[in-house]
Amino acid sequence: MPKDHGIGASVKRREDIRFLTGQGRYTADIDLHKQTYAYFARSEMAHAKINKIDTKAAAAMPGVIAIMTGEDFVGMGGNPAGWYIPSRDGAAMKEPKRPVLAHGKVRHVGDAYAIVVAETLEQAKDAAAAIEVDFTELPAIVNMAEAVANSANRVHDEIDNNVCFDWGWIEDNRAAVDAAFAKAPHVTTLELVNNRLVPNAMEPRASIGDYDAGTGDYKLYTTSQNPHLTRLLISAFVMGIPENKLTVIAPDVGGGFGSKIYHYGEEAAVLAASKAIRRPVKWVAERSESFLTDAHGRDHVTRIQLALEKDGTFLALRTETMANVGAYLSNFSTATPTFLHGTLMAGPYKTPLVYVNVKAVFTNTAPVDAYRGAGRPEATYSIERIVDLAADELGIDKVEIRRKNLLTPDMFPYTSPVGLVYDVGNYQATLDKLIELGDLAGFEKRAAASKAKGKLRGLGLSTWIEACGIAPSHLVGQLGARVGLYDAATVRVNATGTISVMTGAHSHGQGHETVFAQIVAERLGIAESAVEIVHGDTSKIPFGMGSYGSRSLAVAGSAMVNAVDKIIAKGKKIAAHMLEAAEGDIEFADGKFSVAGTDKAKTFGEVAFSAYVPHNYPLETLEPGLDETSFYDPANFTYPAGAYACEVEVDPATGHVEIASFTCADDFGNVMNPMIVAGQVHGGVGQGIGQAMLENTTYDANGQLLSASYMDYAMPRAEDVPFYTVDHSCNTPCTHNPLGVKGCGEAGAIGSPPAVVNAVVDALQRGGYKHVTHIDMPVSPSRVWSAING
Amino acid sequence: MYDFEFVKPSTIAEATKALAGDGAQALSGGQTLLPTMKQRLAAPGTLVSLNGIAEMKGVCKGDGGLHIGAATPHAVVAKEAAAHYPALAALANGIGDPAVRNRGTLGGSVANNDPAACYPSAVLASGATVVTNKRKIAADDYFQGMFTTALEEGEFITEIAFPIPQKAAYVKFNQPASRFALTGVFVAKYADGVRVAVTGASNDGVFRWKEAEAALSKDFSAAALSGLTVDSSDFIHDLHGTPAYRGNLVKVLTARAVAAA
Amino acid sequence: MTKVTMVVNGKSVSAETEGRTLLSGYLREGLGLTGTHVGCDTSQCGACVVHVNGKAVKSCTIFAQDVAGAEVRTIEGMANADGSLGVVQQAFQDHHGLQCGFCTPGMVMSSAALLAENPKPTEAEVRHYLEGNICRCTGYHNIVKAVLAASGQDIAAIPAE
Ligand SMILES: Cc1cc2nc3c(=O)[nH]c(=O)nc-3n(C[C@H](O)[C@H](O)[C@H](O)COP(=O)(O)OP(=O)(O)OC[C@H]3O[C@@H](n4cnc5c(N)ncnc54)[C@H](O)[C@@H]3O)c2cc1C
Ligand code: FES
Ligand code: FES
Repeated sequence: MPKDHGIGASVKRREDIRFLTGQGRYTADIDLHKQTYAYFARSEMAHAKINKIDTKAAAAMPGVIAIMTGEDFVGMGGNPAGWYIPSRDGAAMKEPKRPVLAHGKVRHVGDAYAIVVAETLEQAKDAAAAIEVDFTELPAIVNMAEAVANSANRVHDEIDNNVCFDWGWIEDNRAAVDAAFAKAPHVTTLELVNNRLVPNAMEPRASIGDYDAGTGDYKLYTTSQNPHLTRLLISAFVMGIPENKLTVIAPDVGGGFGSKIYHYGEEAAVLAASKAIRRPVKWVAERSESFLTDAHGRDHVTRIQLALEKDGTFLALRTETMANVGAYLSNFSTATPTFLHGTLMAGPYKTPLVYVNVKAVFTNTAPVDAYRGAGRPEATYSIERIVDLAADELGIDKVEIRRKNLLTPDMFPYTSPVGLVYDVGNYQATLDKLIELGDLAGFEKRAAASKAKGKLRGLGLSTWIEACGIAPSHLVGQLGARVGLYDAATVRVNATGTISVMTGAHSHGQGHETVFAQIVAERLGIAESAVEIVHGDTSKIPFGMGSYGSRSLAVAGSAMVNAVDKIIAKGKKIAAHMLEAAEGDIEFADGKFSVAGTDKAKTFGEVAFSAYVPHNYPLETLEPGLDETSFYDPANFTYPAGAYACEVEVDPATGHVEIASFTCADDFGNVMNPMIVAGQVHGGVGQGIGQAMLENTTYDANGQLLSASYMDYAMPRAEDVPFYTVDHSCNTPCTHNPLGVKGCGEAGAIGSPPAVVNAVVDALQRGGYKHVTHIDMPVSPSRVWSAING
Repeated sequence: MYDFEFVKPSTIAEATKALAGDGAQALSGGQTLLPTMKQRLAAPGTLVSLNGIAEMKGVCKGDGGLHIGAATPHAVVAKEAAAHYPALAALANGIGDPAVRNRGTLGGSVANNDPAACYPSAVLASGATVVTNKRKIAADDYFQGMFTTALEEGEFITEIAFPIPQKAAYVKFNQPASRFALTGVFVAKYADGVRVAVTGASNDGVFRWKEAEAALSKDFSAAALSGLTVDSSDFIHDLHGTPAYRGNLVKVLTARAVAAA
Repeated sequence: MTKVTMVVNGKSVSAETEGRTLLSGYLREGLGLTGTHVGCDTSQCGACVVHVNGKAVKSCTIFAQDVAGAEVRTIEGMANADGSLGVVQQAFQDHHGLQCGFCTPGMVMSSAALLAENPKPTEAEVRHYLEGNICRCTGYHNIVKAVLAASGQDIAAIPAE
């Protein structure tokens, strides 16, 4: 019998009840007394000088209460980049100011230059259309190669070549890597594009600013994955509102995938507007605004080379990447292509020498930042594509080339040539599991059946690792992070023995309310229903860095467990007093404090009650109450890993690709709730299939976004994907956190895209189209057909 | 969206009067018009809903073949045309998604004449007659380029009469994002010849592939198409396909439609 | 302003509307039924699906005045009379058919409409029917599984978890 509660059980989600009955409370569902509506006037040009903004006519329109423009925010700070990345020649990172509203210039289509506040949304929209702006249009900078080459066209006037930084990792290793290439028996080279994606959480961004003139307190309701980080950015960098005067609430949030990590100008604008008019100001993005202004993901152009022995042994790897950061630096934008990408370029392999070069380039496009996987999908895609290409060039089986080069279990802890220390793993085990689960042995038979239908079948593999559980502050500090990446939790035992857990993680689909309660309940030996998980409100929670980078359980969960352990430790002291025993003789198990070797015991509830009604209590040595906080800073990243297989059927007449099967064997360390873990993998793989087959963000030469709605941006639908086979039985628990967990939120999106593309290329190769060695994502029908006929 | 006055007549005569007014526009399922109005690309002063006119709804057999009221939703066509004109019913059942099919109508689709819409290919391939509140228009005269039709100010479609073919099929290749037709081909075989209409491919909107019609009229088999070429010089070039790709789809889908008919 | 009356979840209700008031706005702002979500402006995502006279429709793509007098059912009206989850809702919980919950109201309404038309759909039919409902979280696996389970079919063969 599988467990039905506690750690390891597939407990059904408690939060589902409100979502399934229409009682979720998302930001757009909140209406405040005397609320007004905001609409942002946005640039229709990619690049233009603002000569003059005339709001007079607009301000006189019906219902209009206030209009603010970039001019009103010049005294405020900029929204900063969270990581400082110097260039390899030591030059400082270029950090142009990112203002709340555009000032002087607009730099991408959708760049907001005014906020209009009115009694109704339609009135605000009408007035926004009536604002008169005198623009001088400038040439749009869209293509990265041209941006770098043409110093006359500048996104930011002070940055002459549009380069934010030119980073080498690890610069000292470069000569050794080049030397290895110079004498390598075989070198495989591949140029590829990691396509730009729009995150597309189904809930569009929304923010409500509410200023209380009586107290001077600000409240911001917003669609955020990390309310504390948003508060910190607004307080310390952008608006200067003291943190004690600003509450940020992220209520139910309808998905994030990275796009809701960042602080956006709209949040500061509604706060400022609310203060100006002394009424709440509500803004809800339309989907078309999301397309134009949510931070996009990926967008790398990469040249990668792999040096090998003729027998397939990897000798060295080097890459040159141009990473698009868009018009402004979003908060994680400088970390994503560097420390979340370059440090992963060794993958799960023994490759002894690796060198990575990344140029981050400004363009007149929406800012680009972390999107599910963030840097690690880009690394994995580059590596896994070139491994397949090398195998084809050398005539080596795709499983064998991987097996030959994978790190072996005896090699951990393993220091990679790009600066990470993998604590534990067993990559052979997941590969073997994949071979079994995916019935790789039966592939030829399935390929023959496909052929009989006129289809080409292909098999694609991907063996991947990632670094998540972001992140050890001491490490990321050395790497350029400007914040710590610990997390915090308070475990409050109420007088009646029920528990409130205030966690710095934020759930926007991950199911923390259920899983965190499972863990706390099991450790305290009490009913899950007695545990409440509170998240998303800076006024209730000690602190937190939020949820992204598969960090909730590994970091915030660890803080929570440590706080529970402090509760137990204090409980033992109380119980020792109550039971008139020595503290060292008290044992805690199954919700009872007992004296070792006796049947004398007090229940958890009795001890809690005593802490709050301390009549018989060691008041001389112990404070009453039972409420503990823990801050947890991880000792290392965690390193989930896995092996994925995708089978496709290609219709050569139309180029249509169907995913016939998708199999995942993952190692996430210990698993708290298998149902939820599988769900995370399903979702990640769905997004990975989307990137590989469907999704693409295209700007034309004028910087107009062509894929600006679901009419042209292809989202994966139920019909585009199969049932996935997922497994997480081959686990090697993380060695450095109390739960032994690694994180599973991004895995699917990291491991899957190369498996899909490898499968499509494999299908065409087997079908006799030997000239097709690579197709850039998305491998859409027209691209596949063109490749076949190219 | 700009505001407007909403009226909902219950007869064709009342609707004719309402639509004669300045700034009046017809509303059927709204599945095209509403998104357009949200973008403020349409700003009618009066919106005349045709959804309350009983005489514009339903599917029945008559002199002209299968008569379908212009205000009949796609889902109803999918169900009620199935016994009489299965290819047409199948086409209706492949438009958008169930919620779109429950609202969107034949008349709205044919009036809009989106170059990637499905119905226009059926109307043209069937040599159907478009009946309006003013006159009857032959399909060959009705479609006049993308988003352009023979309809005049104040004129609206009340029904469409589809001659029923001996054999027919529609094969649609989905545009991956919108799921409209990246290219779709409707093939219909009548006693006096075969008609082939192509949607999604051309900058001129739906068109007849005359060479294929001639070849298939002689020999109704996929093989009959093998020597033909498609002139794709004026085909659509967008994110989802080049003219050459669409040209290929026209051939492939026509052959598949013949095989399926 | 025009007062529009409908029967929503079995109760006769009314609210003031402009010509341009959408059914989604009528429900959310007029009646405070915020379970119906709005996820796009091009009628593609399906977060807003409700039933009008028994049929699934996108409430963001209908004017309230065009469906005056109609019978409307929303996610708030899907539970059993005793407040317990209805069959489709329960299957979504049992099989983890939702994560962030934003697409969920539309998914449940579309799935219920499917089962009303086709009580024993195949996997392919479920996937096809849900074409107009986009979910970014689940990869659809558990949604399809939940719908098949709600139809009373054996789902033991569907891959683990
Ligand atoms: C998500 C989605 C997917 C879709 N997928 C497809 C698809 O795959 N294939 C496809 O073909 N279509 C597709 N459509 C379009 C859909 O079929 C529309 O319903 C149709 O194009 C318009 O019909 P309607 O009744 O909704 O018209 P409306 O939107 O009401 O009107 C459209 C236009 O026609 C005018 N009009 C309406 N009725 C009449 C009339 N009787 N006489 C004259 N003028 C009239 C209106 O004034 C307006 O200009 C899709 C739509 C959506 C939202
Ligand atoms: S809100 Fe997206 S379809 Fe209605
Ligand atoms: S559960 Fe989040 S979009 Fe479907």
